[in-house]
Amino acid sequence: MSFKKKDLIGLKDLSKDEILFILETAEKFKEIGKRDVKKVPTLKGRTVVNLFFEPSTRTRTSFEIAAKRLSADTINFSSSASSTSKGETLIDTIRNIESMSADIFVVRHAFSGSAKFIAENTRTKIINAGDGTNEHPTQALLDLMTIKEHKKTFENLNVSIIGDITHSRVARSNIWAMKKLGINLKLFGPKTMLPVNTDPFGCNVCTNIEEALENTDVIMMLRIQMERQSKTLLPSVKEYAKLFGLNRKKMQMAKKDAIIMHPGPINRGVELASDAADSPKSVILNQVENGVAVRMAVLYLLGIHNGG
Amino acid sequence: MEKEILNKHELDSIITRITFQILEKCKNFENLALIGIKRRGAILADRINEKIQEYKNKKSPVGYLDITLYRDDLTEIADYPELSGTEIEFSVKSKNIILIDDVIFTGRTARAALDAIIDFGRPEKIILTCLIDRGHRELPIQPDFTGKYVPTSIEEKINVKLKELDGMDSVSIEK
Repeated sequence: MSFKKKDLIGLKDLSKDEILFILETAEKFKEIGKRDVKKVPTLKGRTVVNLFFEPSTRTRTSFEIAAKRLSADTINFSSSASSTSKGETLIDTIRNIESMSADIFVVRHAFSGSAKFIAENTRTKIINAGDGTNEHPTQALLDLMTIKEHKKTFENLNVSIIGDITHSRVARSNIWAMKKLGINLKLFGPKTMLPVNTDPFGCNVCTNIEEALENTDVIMMLRIQMERQSKTLLPSVKEYAKLFGLNRKKMQMAKKDAIIMHPGPINRGVELASDAADSPKSVILNQVENGVAVRMAVLYLLGIHNGG
Repeated sequence: MEKEILNKHELDSIITRITFQILEKCKNFENLALIGIKRRGAILADRINEKIQEYKNKKSPVGYLDITLYRDDLTEIADYPELSGTEIEFSVKSKNIILIDDVIFTGRTARAALDAIIDFGRPEKIILTCLIDRGHRELPIQPDFTGKYVPTSIEEKINVKLKELDGMDSVSIEK
């Protein structure tokens, strides 16, 4: 097996085998983080540019650590301190940085479809680090890696995704991938945060938390984006916590060995109570750890190919 | 055309001889550790360790190294990006490391393995052991212990077959 695609835009575009191949590669990279010298020379001389047109700390840091562990040179570009604020168009910015012989762009942008648009307009390889509400493929890959570590297999696993499904690129990437892997998916959230038409996803949409948690192996809680649309979609945060939030008591409705996941950063006391977030069933920090390995795998598989 | 140069008995006596050479060279047994280069070097490391067990009633720590990420040729990796993973569970610091591979050819694999081991810590010594030396070095690297020196032309191929992976023990030369 090898990975021939130029870019990683979304998991919707990948086959089951390609997804599993990335995960297997990531598992091999995990060991490097435990060495004395946490670095391999594989991408020495390659340049990875983090193009973040939207603020991010965790994803950018994770990508930067991943690239450095592969010995690539990394450069961070943030839109607030750049030519974007001077009125340069997106494609001009991309072409300028491309001209400095960058090999891989890691792109985050507020508009859905922007990663694909950029990929079509440059020879440089693109990794989507979140485009609007469309996809966040490396997050879903690290979620899948974490699930595999704890549950060994994907086939017939019951996964519930709870929260703002409509505005979540994390949910979308996970849904596309999980359907391909034979996972049974349940979605749950306030009506205002569920897509009007969920047919393309082909998942069960639940109407109450009991239904959502019953017999589930993996509970994936999404972040309520207080700084964005959530304020207008919810009557109150307290009500959300009561009806849609997870705490230790509600966890008993799921399978005994269910795990709790969250893409972070957590709103404690909103979607996750502290007694759930800090419980032994929570694998949230494990997800963060796997994030570096998954990003190393993706950078490796794209970065070893020369040219466009 | 394939011609056998070592049968399973000859292969076994060579592994026995190498084991004794290792034990003779490393007087301080407690300090010894084996690292095999995947995949056939890793199998040879296990075989040598079994022989060490026979004579010393004790095994050495053993690790397995995948050198893909250390190759000096990215296009080579691009064709075969599959990783088999490195498993070195012990600390290499201050150890006498016996680095084991099946065939030494250009020396580039051994070079990559040396870099990889040093990333795990600073061993006291690394001793290179190869079952077959077929010549044609491109780097100034020579094994300390060689099972058999086989002069080859550049077009010829050495096939090492080990029963764990290939169902039989045999070394042959292919034209």
